[in-house]
Amino acid sequence: MIELLQQYWQQYLWGSPGHWSGLVVTLWLTVASVVLGFALALPLAIMRVSTRPWLAAPVWLFTYVFRGTPLYVQLLICYTGLYSLEAVRATPMLNAFFKDAFNCTLLAFTLNTAAYTTEIFAGAIKATPRGEVEAARAFGMSGFILYRRILLPSALRRALPAYSNEVILMLHATTLASTATITDLLKVARNAASDYYLPFVAYGLAALLYLAITLGLVWAFQRAERKWLAHLRPVRSDAGAPRSV
Amino acid sequence: MLLEGYGPQLWAGTVETITLALGSLALSFGLGLVGATAKLSGRRRLAVPARLYTTLVRGVPDLVLMLLLYYSFQDLLNRVTDALGQPQFDIDPFVAGVTVLGFIYGAYFTETFRGAVLAVPRGQWDAAMAFGLTRRRAFFRIIFPQMMRFALPGISNNWQVILKATALVSLIGLHDVVRAAQDAITGTSTKGGYHAFLFLTAVALIYLSLTTFSHLIFQGLEKRFSRGFQAPTS
Repeated sequence: MIELLQQYWQQYLWGSPGHWSGLVVTLWLTVASVVLGFALALPLAIMRVSTRPWLAAPVWLFTYVFRGTPLYVQLLICYTGLYSLEAVRATPMLNAFFKDAFNCTLLAFTLNTAAYTTEIFAGAIKATPRGEVEAARAFGMSGFILYRRILLPSALRRALPAYSNEVILMLHATTLASTATITDLLKVARNAASDYYLPFVAYGLAALLYLAITLGLVWAFQRAERKWLAHLRPVRSDAGAPRSV
Repeated sequence: MLLEGYGPQLWAGTVETITLALGSLALSFGLGLVGATAKLSGRRRLAVPARLYTTLVRGVPDLVLMLLLYYSFQDLLNRVTDALGQPQFDIDPFVAGVTVLGFIYGAYFTETFRGAVLAVPRGQWDAAMAFGLTRRRAFFRIIFPQMMRFALPGISNNWQVILKATALVSLIGLHDVVRAAQDAITGTSTKGGYHAFLFLTAVALIYLSLTTFSHLIFQGLEKRFSRGFQAPTS
C-alpha cells in the first residue's frame, strides 16, 4: 500500500508540466463541459419556452434524446460510432476533430449536460410569476431587455438548487472519460489497482478525492444560494418588530 | 440483412439490461425504505449510519463505487479462499451488478422516501395513533399509501437513472445491451466501418424506447396515486 502511494500519489494529485494529474484532468473536464454546457443551454432554454413551434420543437427533441439515453452510449457514439463513418473520415476538419479522444469526450459531455441544463433553465423561466412579466411590459420592456433585466436574473436564481445538482452529476459523469483512454482520476486509480492488485486502496483513494470535490462543490453552491437567494430565506419572526428601548 | 444477424444478441442484451434494472430497482427500493426509516427513527445509532451511507454513496461517482465494490469484494473473497486453501470463487457478474447498483441507488431512494414521509401531514400519524394502531400498522396502512403520492416523481426519476446506469455494467463483465453492441462491432469490423455507428445507434434507440415506455407507465401511476386530489369531473 505504501508503495502504491509512493508511486502514484503524483499521478493522482499533482502531476508535472506536460503530464497532467488525474485530479487536474477531472477538474478540467468538469469545468469545461459545465461552462460550455451553460453557454449552450441559455439560448436553448429561451428557444424551448418560445411559443413558436419551429423554435421550441427542435430543442425539445434534442433534450428528449440526450436525456433519454445513457451518457456512456452517447460517448461511445461520439468516440467510436461517428469516426466509423466514411463521410466523417473523408472530411479533413471532422477527421481531425473526432480522431482526438479528448474532443469526442468533451463534445459528448457538453451536449449531455446542455440537455439537462436546458430543461432546468426552461422550467425556471416558465415558473416566472406572470405579474413580473406584465409589470416589465408595462414599463415598455420586451424581447432582449425583458430577458436580460427581468426573466433571466430571477429564473437563474430559482434554478440554482437544481443546477448545483446537475454540476455535481457532471463531475461524477466525467469518470466515463476513463473508458475513452483519457487519464482522469479514475483511470489513474484503475492503473494503480491493476499494478499493485490493491483495488480497495486504489479505488478508495479516488473515491475519497471525488467525495472531497463533491463536498467542496456543495459548500460553494450553498454559499452562492445564500448570496443570490437571500430574499427567499425565512425571515426571523422578530425582524421588523419595533426594537425595545 | 438487418443488424447483420446480430439482432438476437442485441435482444438478449436488452433482456439482460431490463432484468438487471428491475432487480436493482427492487433492491434499492427496499434499501431506501429501510434507510428512510432509520433516518427518521430519531435514534442516533440508526440515524448516523444511515446519514453516513447517503452522504458517502451520493458523494462518490457511481462508476467509481461500482469498480471499488466489485473488485475489492472479489479481492477479499480471493484472500479468504486462498487462506482456506479453496479454489478461487468468482462472483457472478449479474449478482454483482444488481447488488452494486441496488446499494448505490438505495441511497438516492432513502432521500426520496425521507422527503415523502415528511410531506405527509403529522395529523395523519396522530389520528392513526388515536385509533389505537401500532406504529408499524400506522406506517403501512396510513402513511405508506399517502407517502407514495409524494414519492412517485422521485421514484420515477431514480428509475430512469438506474436504467441509464445499467449501461455501465458492461465494464464489470456483464453481457448487457452495450456489450452486445460492442461484440457486434468487433464481429463486423472487417465488413466496413459504418457498423460501429449502426449498432451504437441501435442501442441508443433501445434505451430511448425503454425510457419513453417507463415515462408513460409512471404517468399512469401518478394519475392513479393522486386520485382524490384531482378536480372532480362532472
